[in-house]
Amino acid sequence: MLQQLGQLPMGWLLIALIAVFGSAAFFLGRVRAERLLLSTPVRMHSRPNYHGYYVAMCTVVPVLLIAVAYSIFAEDLTQGALMRELPSSFAQLSAAELQSYLDSVRMAAGSAVSEGSDRVFRAITNRYLELRGMVNGATLVLLGALAAIGIFWAQRRLKPDFRARALVENGMELVLFLCAGVAIATTAGIVLSLLYESLQFFQKVSAWDFLTGTRWNAQTEAEFGALPLFFGTFMIALIAMLVAAPIGLFSAIFLSEYASPQARAWIKPILEILAGIPTVVYGFFALLVVAPGIRQLAILFNEGVIRLGLASEPILAAQPTSALAAGLVMGIMVIPFVSSLSDDVINAVPQTLRDAAYALGATKSETVKQVVVPAALPGIIAALLLAVSRAIGETMIVVMAAGKSARISLDPTSDLTTITVQIVSLMTGETGFDDPKTLSAFALGLVLFAVTLAFNIVALRVVKKYREKYD
Amino acid sequence: MTDAVRTPITSAAAAKHLKRRRAADGRFRYYGLSAIFIALGALAVLVFTIGAQALSAATYHVVRYDITLDPAVVAPDGAGEPDQIARNVDGFYSLVRDNLLATFPEADADRDSRREVSDFVTRLAVLPTARMVARNPELVGSAISLKAPLNDDLDLYLKGNGVRERKIKAGAIETVLAEADGTYRVSGLGAFDPVVAGLAVASADRDADAVQMNVLLTAGVSTGRLTGISAGRARLELLTGQAQDFANARPTARIIISAESERTISDRQIAWTLALKEMGRIDRAPRMTLLTNSDSTYPELAGGLSAIVGSLLTMLITALVAMPIGILAAVYLEEFAPRNRVTEFIEVNINNLAAVPSIVFGLLGAALYINFLGMPRSAPLVGGLVLALMTFPVVIIASRAALKAVPPSVRAGALAVGASQMQTVFHHVVPLAAPGILTGAILGMARALGETAPLLLIGMVAFVGDVPRGPTDESTVMPVLIFSWSNNAERAWEPLTSAMIVVLLAFLLLMNGLVVFLRRRYERRW
Repeated sequence: MLQQLGQLPMGWLLIALIAVFGSAAFFLGRVRAERLLLSTPVRMHSRPNYHGYYVAMCTVVPVLLIAVAYSIFAEDLTQGALMRELPSSFAQLSAAELQSYLDSVRMAAGSAVSEGSDRVFRAITNRYLELRGMVNGATLVLLGALAAIGIFWAQRRLKPDFRARALVENGMELVLFLCAGVAIATTAGIVLSLLYESLQFFQKVSAWDFLTGTRWNAQTEAEFGALPLFFGTFMIALIAMLVAAPIGLFSAIFLSEYASPQARAWIKPILEILAGIPTVVYGFFALLVVAPGIRQLAILFNEGVIRLGLASEPILAAQPTSALAAGLVMGIMVIPFVSSLSDDVINAVPQTLRDAAYALGATKSETVKQVVVPAALPGIIAALLLAVSRAIGETMIVVMAAGKSARISLDPTSDLTTITVQIVSLMTGETGFDDPKTLSAFALGLVLFAVTLAFNIVALRVVKKYREKYD
Repeated sequence: MTDAVRTPITSAAAAKHLKRRRAADGRFRYYGLSAIFIALGALAVLVFTIGAQALSAATYHVVRYDITLDPAVVAPDGAGEPDQIARNVDGFYSLVRDNLLATFPEADADRDSRREVSDFVTRLAVLPTARMVARNPELVGSAISLKAPLNDDLDLYLKGNGVRERKIKAGAIETVLAEADGTYRVSGLGAFDPVVAGLAVASADRDADAVQMNVLLTAGVSTGRLTGISAGRARLELLTGQAQDFANARPTARIIISAESERTISDRQIAWTLALKEMGRIDRAPRMTLLTNSDSTYPELAGGLSAIVGSLLTMLITALVAMPIGILAAVYLEEFAPRNRVTEFIEVNINNLAAVPSIVFGLLGAALYINFLGMPRSAPLVGGLVLALMTFPVVIIASRAALKAVPPSVRAGALAVGASQMQTVFHHVVPLAAPGILTGAILGMARALGETAPLLLIGMVAFVGDVPRGPTDESTVMPVLIFSWSNNAERAWEPLTSAMIVVLLAFLLLMNGLVVFLRRRYERRW
């Protein structure tokens, strides 16, 4: 009996129970309010529906709190109780060994049949299920009781002059506020989790060595000097911006100053397709087409240089994955970020400025170069900063096309690695969270978060300042 | 600015200066135009290369095997249980292999050639037939025609992009003479002139140090390897079929440019494939398995079904979490929030969250959901929650814009007839803003559907052979499957990956099409 309770799919059951209790409470409250409406000559303060919502609110909120508490604490509670009952021989196991044993017990309990394992394990699994059943049973009883009390108590409060609507609306506003607060919670979650794991990492490796060391060899857990990663990230972002900045900017200028409205209506959405293509597709394109092409070109260049007698050995590394390939494709991806935002700010420049320039005899290009672009410059800079931040944080293109060797090399055809590549390769292994390898990924994540955040804040500041100018 | 008004030009220097300025003006316009063309050209190249690759993977070659379901093999020791038949992959596979050995008796000669013939079909490729027979046990003992996909390398060869070769029509062969060492001497007046010429061109194409290029000669179902070629005669080493087929025939010669040691397929396998094709046993069929099969280690069997289902489950969780939270938060910020520090802090947070790199959300998910809350790795539940955190700022920003677009007169009207603030918002403002909110939410979901990096960090990159049945089952998603496939070494994965990309893009196109439709149909300008 207890074991069967222990195997209940509690997640689905809780969701179903909340729905059932909530709707039952709503209908009971509504029916009672309608009866009140018919039996009293006084005007009711709130419509029957609000009375129903009120009763439902009083029922669902405590039930929901219990359900959340269950999903957080049930497992710990069960395992804690189980651990106290374990035979004394388990006392010699280390904490990690014990935890992995308990995990396997939990897995076995979930799959119901545990044949073929030893007797002790089966006994422990059964006991686990019994304990889990107790927790589940207690939760369900508590849930039912709270729901009944909630319905009963709220029903008693319904009177013709009861201000149900005001209470429901206050409750609703609190829910809305909490939803908005999720944004703060998410940011706090990011900062806290990155900081917490990074601090653990910096206890093992000094922060100074991490930021200034030039040797990165995390896979063997030996060296954590992240400078080559910063260099690779910077190099690839630079190549990307060398592609995206001129193309994006000139596209924006052409679209806003030269193109006819029909051409603009066609070209702008097509350019924005570039921003909608998943980055893994760009990565595949870089790997399949661009990287081999660049390798071929580099080999041709090397041969040409040697044939001309300018050098005795190859100058370019010409590796199968290269910073140049990743940077070029990333540049293409970033074009719409530059062009869309710049287009908006160029359009926001008042027509009077252009007219004034024309009146002085300036040609169209002179007007653009000397009046429109300077006027839109803060916005354009903001667009470029946002694009840089996007390029620094981009992951899939570099994972697929930039390579994994941490080195500092100015040769764009050699493979460089970036912060994001290393985070992915460190986190995709089967390593625990106390391993310096895993922890170093969080330290890298912290750097990445801080840098992109700085770029975004500066960009938003610039935009804000600029907007005030023409309003 | 009409032509009639002419600028008074006072000197030759001024005229020259003006000319230079006008030339600069023209150049500037040209720079803008070329920027647009580069951007559009890059998009076109991307779409074209992936589309062309995907097109070649849209079909594949299927071989027909006419076999008799021998009860002793299919249902050994009289066990006719459907379950046992379905699991008897080895039995069905041996039937297929015996069929191939019967077609090509020369393959039974030694271990190597038996292995080469076994490569034609993957063991697991007979599984659908085994299941079909298990459902219809009355078929045991009867003759059926089993279809199984051809080995991926041979499939690529037939599509013309696995092995580089030159196809040349040889002249008429007059005599075929058996030699003492088992080879044949084939001769015909000038029969091999075109082959000699072709060889010359091919070795010029390749570097001078070229390895020896094999030449295969095919007539009907028979194929042999040519050596010692001169204009009128050559030595033929028969690979499959009958030497007599060459007599009085005008066979086709194939100069295989890659050396046999560099290839994944042997001359014999090419010969057998050509023979099967000649017998009409190979069909090119649409690769429906891309949508109906799950992942496999064999490219000819691999499909994206488990990833598609995984993506849908993940998106379901994302939508259930991100859309309500995002929309309600937007309603609060736009309609209820007092102008104070807290509100301002929330707004700053939302704007920053929308620009945080996606991989950071993956780190958050790994630390919070997996390490701290102990949720299962690789599950759509966790993936969906991670993507929800990433998507809801986007939903908030889009929803706020939609709410802002509803004119204040609507609010004033509702308030004037006695509605409360909450009633005004939820009975009037939100329904009017719903199309805008919905399109913003769908665009946010489309971004989440293409997201890869954060899901790698929570372990969704594991090989998943089964279709997930719930949000806590081990699973993968389409972009991650694309990433995993692109890491595979075999050539055949490349077009397959492109085909999967096209499937993903089709989903994205569908969502964006829905947005365009909703905008056209419901959006109103005030």
